[in-house]
Amino acid sequence: MIDFVVAPLEYGFMVRALIGSVLVGVMCPLLGAYVVTRNLAFMGDALAHAVLPGMVLGFIVGINPAIAAVPTGVSVAVLVRIVSRRAGLSADTSIGILFAAMFALGLVMLATSPTIGVDMEDLLLGQILAISPTDIYVSLGITIVVILGLFALHHWLLFASFDPVGSQVVGARANFVDYVLLVMLALVIVIGIQAAGIVLVMAMLVTPAATAYVLVRRFVSMMMAAAAIGTAAAVTGLYISYHFNLPAGPAMTLVASGIFVLVVSFRRKAPV
Amino acid sequence: MNPAPNVHGASMSLQDVTVELDGHMALSNVTFDVHAGTLMGVVGPNGAGKSTLFNAIAGLLPVRRGKVTLHRVDRGSGALAYVPQQESVNWRFPVTVMDVAMMGRCCKLGWCRRPGKRDRDLVDACLYRLGLWDHRSALMTELSGGQKQRVFVARALTQEASVLLLDEAFSGVDVGAQEGLIEVLQTMKNEGRIVLLATHDLTNLAGRFDQVLCLNRQVCACGPPDQVFTSEVMEKLYGAHGVRLTRDGEQ
Repeated sequence: MIDFVVAPLEYGFMVRALIGSVLVGVMCPLLGAYVVTRNLAFMGDALAHAVLPGMVLGFIVGINPAIAAVPTGVSVAVLVRIVSRRAGLSADTSIGILFAAMFALGLVMLATSPTIGVDMEDLLLGQILAISPTDIYVSLGITIVVILGLFALHHWLLFASFDPVGSQVVGARANFVDYVLLVMLALVIVIGIQAAGIVLVMAMLVTPAATAYVLVRRFVSMMMAAAAIGTAAAVTGLYISYHFNLPAGPAMTLVASGIFVLVVSFRRKAPV
Repeated sequence: MNPAPNVHGASMSLQDVTVELDGHMALSNVTFDVHAGTLMGVVGPNGAGKSTLFNAIAGLLPVRRGKVTLHRVDRGSGALAYVPQQESVNWRFPVTVMDVAMMGRCCKLGWCRRPGKRDRDLVDACLYRLGLWDHRSALMTELSGGQKQRVFVARALTQEASVLLLDEAFSGVDVGAQEGLIEVLQTMKNEGRIVLLATHDLTNLAGRFDQVLCLNRQVCACGPPDQVFTSEVMEKLYGAHGVRLTRDGEQ
């Protein structure tokens, strides 16, 4: 058993992958708690797809794709709210328009830049085993920023999440915290894509938080439980991928999904 | 700790307020004044513009013409509190009674500060006052309709609001709980607050307000209940059915 845990850590890439997995396992579910309780799953999925042009641009100009993806994700998060308000459309419709347009733009950029040599499969499914020291530093920086943001805005985030109208009446800060939440979501998705890829980052964002929602009562407890479940799923998935020669992103996703199925089988939450 | 802050002196004045929603006139030339220490009922049929009026007062909707003036009410410091319709609350979000009461302290806390002793004492005092202390750890979804409304009123108290807008606060609340809630609201107005409550219910509560605003996209009448609830006004509000309501009330 000790060999199962320690042996992979003789390799530098596995140590980096383990650090990356822990960061993803903590951050995605922390934000995921808001995604699950505020019905933002479609928004999360859209942001994950919409950062593709930023990542491709990063490869083209030779900067870290995670860094390049951040402004794209943040811009799309803010644009969704602006388009919804200006066009009088539902958030879902605005998300659908922007997500498809940005993903298509990314695919066109990828098709017209054959020299960058990016494997589309790596972008879609993630490649945590290839995570670089720079990626780790970027992820760590984003993690610190997001945790500080969640701490500083905690009460406003609770207010705006539970009673959007009442919080707007109290002040302009409620609108501001909604924007900040979307920006933090975009940042965390960029971290998550490295581990799980564009398609599967949703699993790390939503599944541990949904599991925690079933298990505990209060929101803060839900965030903590989600982070614990997410970390367990990410690390376990990483080891399974190493020992059984499986892709890491899908392995993490399947572990997180397995925990969810187990919890829901033994515990049922009354519908709201 | 005294949960009644220095709220005296607030007043509200609407002058020819006109609001358009999606190209339709939702409110037309609405004019009325409310002074400190008033409990006002806003009555009217569905689609009469009660929620639109509250949204305009709260600054959530732009006013096309006219003016909403709030004297001695600093919106940014939480002096205006809004109890929303049940449908606009995210009940899936797992918060306790204590959490919701603490939300009222957001404006005073600012960005990074955590609640201090004064904030916690004020929240405790408001929960005691509204009979919610024993339920402080309960999730909002575990409460009855009347208890939920009390929690929102507690939040307005911790917010130290001088104006309280309650949109359909009696919807889904049984008659006994309505009575309890109206007593709480009367205490609040006695402390100098302005309390506006939108309701459909004319049978139980009409006589309990100081002022009644009858609204059907425009002001049909505004004044003390005994002067406002006439056959003519009810007909303007509800058509022929309104006249029957008045006769039943008289009987």
